[in-house]
Amino acid sequence: MKFILTFIALLIFWFMLSGHFSVIIVTSAVIYALIAAYFTYNYFLEDISFAGIKRIFKFIAYLPWLFWEIIVANLQVAYIVLSPKMPISPELVETETDLKTDYGKTALGNSITLTPGTVTIEIENSKILVHAITKEHAQDIKNKDIEKKILRIEA
Amino acid sequence: MSILDVVTLILLLAGSFFMLVASIGMIRLPDFYTRMHAGGKADTLGQGLIFLGLVVYEGFSFISLKMLIIFVFIFIANPTATHAVAKAAYKGGLKIWSRDNNDSG
Repeated sequence: MKFILTFIALLIFWFMLSGHFSVIIVTSAVIYALIAAYFTYNYFLEDISFAGIKRIFKFIAYLPWLFWEIIVANLQVAYIVLSPKMPISPELVETETDLKTDYGKTALGNSITLTPGTVTIEIENSKILVHAITKEHAQDIKNKDIEKKILRIEA
Repeated sequence: MSILDVVTLILLLAGSFFMLVASIGMIRLPDFYTRMHAGGKADTLGQGLIFLGLVVYEGFSFISLKMLIIFVFIFIANPTATHAVAKAAYKGGLKIWSRDNNDSG
């Protein structure tokens, strides 16, 4: 089941990229999708269930907030970089996370990197090490706003 | 100039602005980790805005679909790469810059 879904997804992706439907291209699409699906179907879909599909929609609902934070982050970086005094006070922050899945931790790490003033340095088991560019941003990480949002998706 | 051209222009200019900020940040910021902030964030949005601008210009077609896919990949790949480089630096024992020990800057 996983294998077939992966195969179909890869096939759709191929046709999205190529846009051609001659015999030779369709044949090679099927062959390559079969090969690629064989190697990746265990990683591509972790679980196919109603909860898993619901999680995808929750994640999509999370994206607008993330985009807004990214724009704020960029304006702050622009301000810091362009102001003559350069108001920075870098700091390393270590926090714990309650997230269980690898997908959740990846989403958290990348969200931290993209949101204002913070870059994820390391995630090991449940420990996260973050570099914050100012003291205020270090405080934001300690408040765990992002983590709470992702926890709600994972649940 | 149609309204789509104006939107394209604004998106391209904003994207270029953030790419420029990323470049200036690379030069001006004092150490490796703070430079990651410029490279990891401003680059992502800069490229994203430029791609969005091109998508608006192109309209709905296979080409704009491909550009949207590239846009998504950059949004996943850029922070991941930033994290990988930062982790390598941290494991390598690079100390962070601060106001107190700014001799290394």
